Amino acid sequence: MSIYRFVTHFQEQNDPRSGALLQDAHALGFTDLTRIECQDLYFIEGQLNNDQLQQLALELLCDPVTQEISWDEFPAPVLQPEPGVVMVEVALRHGVTDPVADEIVRAARQLGISGVRSASTGRRYLIDTDEETGQTLATRLLANMVVHRWAVGEVEPSFPVMAEASEQTETIKIRGLGDQELLEVSKERRAALDLREMQAIQHYCDREARDLTDVEFEAIAQTWSEHCVHKTFKGRITFEDGRVVDSIYQTYIRAVTEKIEAPWVLSAFVDNAGIIDLDGENEVSFKVETHNHPSAIEPFGGANTGVGGVIRDVLGVSHKPVANTDVLCFGLQETRLSDLPSGVLHPRLVMSGVVAGVQDYGNKIGIPTVNGAILFDPGYAANPLVFCGTVGISPIGLHQRTPKKGDRVIVLGGGTGRDGLRGATFSSMTMDAQTGEVSGSSVQIGNPIVEKGLVDVIIPARDQGLYTAITDCGAGGLSSAVGEMASGIGADVDLTDVRLKYPGLAPWEIWLSEAQERMVLAVPRQDLPKLQELCDTYGVHLTDIGAFTGSGRLVVRCGEKVVLDLANEFLHEGIPQRELKAAEVKVRHDEAGNLSTKYRGTASEAAGFLLKLLAHPNIASKERVIRMYDHEVQGGTAVKPLTGAENDGPSDAAVIHPLGARGRAGVAIAAGINPEYGKLDAYRMALSVVDEAVRNAVAVGADPERIAILDNFCWGDPLRPEILGSVVEAARGCHDAALMFGTPLISGKDSFNNEYLGVDGLRHAIPPTLLISSIGILDDVDKSVTMDLKEAGNPLYLVGEFQPVFGGAHFNRISDWQVNEPAPSLAASTPYLYRSLHQAIKKGLVRSCHDLSEGGLAVAAAEICIAGRLGLDIDMNTDDPLRWLFGETNGCLLVEVDKARLAAFEALFSGLSIERIAIVTEAPELKVSLGTGYVFNLPVDQLLRVWKTPLQP
Amino acid sequence: MKPTALVLFAYGANRDNDIAAALELAGAAPGIVPLNHLRTQKRRFSDYQMLVLPGGFSYADALGAGRLHAIDLTSYFLDEITAFVETGKPVIGVCNGFQALVASGILPGNSRWGRQQVDAALTFNSEGHFECRWSYLRPVSRNCIWTRGLEELVYCPVAHGEGNFQVRSSGLLDELVERDQVALTYVHADGSPSRGRYPANPNGSVMDIAGVTNPQGNVLGMMPHPENHIYPYQHPLRTRGVVSGSGLPLFVNGVAYAQQL
Repeated sequence: MSIYRFVTHFQEQNDPRSGALLQDAHALGFTDLTRIECQDLYFIEGQLNNDQLQQLALELLCDPVTQEISWDEFPAPVLQPEPGVVMVEVALRHGVTDPVADEIVRAARQLGISGVRSASTGRRYLIDTDEETGQTLATRLLANMVVHRWAVGEVEPSFPVMAEASEQTETIKIRGLGDQELLEVSKERRAALDLREMQAIQHYCDREARDLTDVEFEAIAQTWSEHCVHKTFKGRITFEDGRVVDSIYQTYIRAVTEKIEAPWVLSAFVDNAGIIDLDGENEVSFKVETHNHPSAIEPFGGANTGVGGVIRDVLGVSHKPVANTDVLCFGLQETRLSDLPSGVLHPRLVMSGVVAGVQDYGNKIGIPTVNGAILFDPGYAANPLVFCGTVGISPIGLHQRTPKKGDRVIVLGGGTGRDGLRGATFSSMTMDAQTGEVSGSSVQIGNPIVEKGLVDVIIPARDQGLYTAITDCGAGGLSSAVGEMASGIGADVDLTDVRLKYPGLAPWEIWLSEAQERMVLAVPRQDLPKLQELCDTYGVHLTDIGAFTGSGRLVVRCGEKVVLDLANEFLHEGIPQRELKAAEVKVRHDEAGNLSTKYRGTASEAAGFLLKLLAHPNIASKERVIRMYDHEVQGGTAVKPLTGAENDGPSDAAVIHPLGARGRAGVAIAAGINPEYGKLDAYRMALSVVDEAVRNAVAVGADPERIAILDNFCWGDPLRPEILGSVVEAARGCHDAALMFGTPLISGKDSFNNEYLGVDGLRHAIPPTLLISSIGILDDVDKSVTMDLKEAGNPLYLVGEFQPVFGGAHFNRISDWQVNEPAPSLAASTPYLYRSLHQAIKKGLVRSCHDLSEGGLAVAAAEICIAGRLGLDIDMNTDDPLRWLFGETNGCLLVEVDKARLAAFEALFSGLSIERIAIVTEAPELKVSLGTGYVFNLPVDQLLRVWKTPLQP
Repeated sequence: MKPTALVLFAYGANRDNDIAAALELAGAAPGIVPLNHLRTQKRRFSDYQMLVLPGGFSYADALGAGRLHAIDLTSYFLDEITAFVETGKPVIGVCNGFQALVASGILPGNSRWGRQQVDAALTFNSEGHFECRWSYLRPVSRNCIWTRGLEELVYCPVAHGEGNFQVRSSGLLDELVERDQVALTYVHADGSPSRGRYPANPNGSVMDIAGVTNPQGNVLGMMPHPENHIYPYQHPLRTRGVVSGSGLPLFVNGVAYAQQL
């Protein structure tokens, strides 16, 4: 068996990847660098003659018009780069998914070349620099130790290792252990179980009069992980003063949905995704997940599989995915390498990796990415947040939820490998400098095309009624998926039937593997042939690993040997409720009457503040990122993420008309997030972000009485009382605001332990971050509204109770004024205003509509000018101009009204707060005046340039 | 009778429904056919009057967009596709479909095509990354049955990372012009040539080429997605009262041609 190496490079121009690498290198401080040339390496193991080598090279491994290729056979003389050039080669570590390698083997056979046994891939970089810099670049930019191997010079090729099959199980001694020993067992196996949980396991062992196998212990640790059972949200929380919150989930989250009792909510919190009625015939689902920990250590793979995972959640309610969302929080892009905690990737690489990961999965699987946000804060440097959402559609009532006795346990999709072991428990821990290395196997790399195959098979299988239950293999792998499905009935499966990527996996590894792109279905035996036929058509693997039994026990075998045998009742109900302590959180602002302080400044200062705000990365255009996502595939996108005369204005929300929806029915998809408010007051942050998510959806035309919301809580370690106190406040705010708007919560997810224990011994926790995502119904997408100014002469109204404050305002981040005020509150009239606004939109009175958010009224005004390439003449009615321009408020929007229909518009708002503040002008200038002595005038061109610059590469 | 259109569904195709909707609206009877059904002869090329290669990411773009799908075309279906092209039936490949047509040598098709003779490439965008944006296209070719007679600019999205059209030799470029094979070009909103300027030319294609046809004019390959602009609600400037630039007439042309064959 020989090993061949092929090297492909571009003929004239450099590989386009080189430019992006060079930019990243410059941003990391390697400003002198002028060249990083990128070449592709393909290693092939097999027996090939010269003709076959040439055929492989020219027909498969290079594009003959733009590229050149060379090849040699190992051992080959070591290549010496020219003087002044350092060669770095990077290849994947063992066990990391390499879809290209698999395709090479397949396609070679298709070309009639049967001598190819296996393949692997890599990259070669030629850098004009010295060896030391080359090494630094390799570790900081070109390779990620979690998934890559690298070398200065040539990297050794490696191929999948053929190890012996393993049926070994270990016995974990539990009985007779003392408290300390129990905790050590938990720690040793990275199980993240506390003493009471370990004691519960011990009692079970005593009852069953035996210890546990490693498969059983790992399965319990996974089933009882924070990630899977949300023990913090379900825990009993005691405050210092004795006040008790018995389950955040029951008290605030689920409670609000039950109080609202909306008839159009078809499923809340019980399925993998929340479901609402779309048009009487179809239903839509929405789920938002986080993938923070994996994205911190391997940004591309983490974000990639975050998208893949949430898509499977929607497949898990038998819906066809029709739209994706992504909200991303990163550290400051200009962070100096020396300021980063050790073991932490630079925020710029985290961002480029995460964006590439989202792009790769969403674009390839063919789901439009239509809404999102990107935020920057130093607090996210070590713990980026990656929120991935998916919306799905199905005819009402096709989803099946109950496996029957005798149904087969069927796994569809990818093979099982060592990827992502203990991901569920890993995400439930605080990370430290070693996490990246130790948890290397917690990272998964996705394969969107395999998941596309799942969509292609599952939707027709649903229509033909071929399964009685379905769920996705996510965190916890088969253990979680089969365990949950069998929780009411029991199952008996054999691990030797699981299709493996490579042999040598221990039974617990097979059971817990978080290998991607797998779904588990309960299939009646007589329907299996039809499902098999669908799978054959779309090239999807189907494996039958056992049966649902009706025994009430979960039994897992490895051939003859039983490796797991647990009572469902214990596994799913046996976890003791967590007892947690919370501290009352002091709201961090000075209540004493400074809201009446006036902030006048000069007009030119005001203009300067506006330009600085527009250039703040949180407010600046995200066009460069948005355009990397396909937002048009499936043809349903009616309000696009970028809108206006030149398609570059920032939409408040997306509107899609999914294929299959009746008439012109559609959904608006939006989000609200504001960690700045969270730093001051978690309760008001929650009020604000619920309002923002609703407001954004209403702004594009969603019916405010048919909006549902989703919560995603991202906080630090909930065992710290002050952290938990802040979570409780946010949950209470979420409840109060949702009740006020009548917007039921239909799905949610919490991610704790977003903390990093640096080598300095200090904890780095993220700012309290609550993401509220919203999904609202429109009867007619043709009536949807965009945010760009439309026509000179139209009046502009400020709609809503305008109560601008500087607490948490972005003004404080760009000025030296540092005004100490509370975060904005939420006026009780807001829901009524939104209903009136919706009536105005339905009657066609509204030409454009944009909400006030970060940066306040002035930023919103600048954005609508930019988007419409028109001007505004604003007349401020205030004696407190800076507050009026840059203070932040909830519940407000700027609404351009058809000049011929003012009376009809105003009539809809009787008794509510609206004010005409400006007129749209043909001259592209934003003119703001307060009498004649206080005037500034900024050309839209300048606004545009300032706003677009920061996120350009 | 509506002309039947075979929408070839490769492993990883994803704009199959989009283009089927456009064909249906244009008067055809499209059928989305999984590649495996053609391999097992459950369906045959000869049952159809039009052949459509939709957008997507066949084989995840491994080894270059369209390359592995091109090997499908030439290793499994060489005779069928040759017959389809040579009898003059309408063929269209959009985005990934175009990439496969080029990587297999079917387009531009000036030499006898086959995978040994690949004369053009759709390589990485000059900006170096995937990009989704709406582009204005000028239908140029009078020879191409899909674009002939179209007077209005077509306005539709591009969504690709490898759409930069390049050719092996400048001689071929001259030939494409001489034989009226440049089907569509990227232009500014006012119709003036983009002359390689980003973003009007979104990917750096030589001579602003957005689509090419074969010498016979029955096979069209293009990177942009006219199938994603067939309803008024899809127009990005809809709320500003703009309605022009539908991609539908291009499909109507192809269907009408198939009808009279």
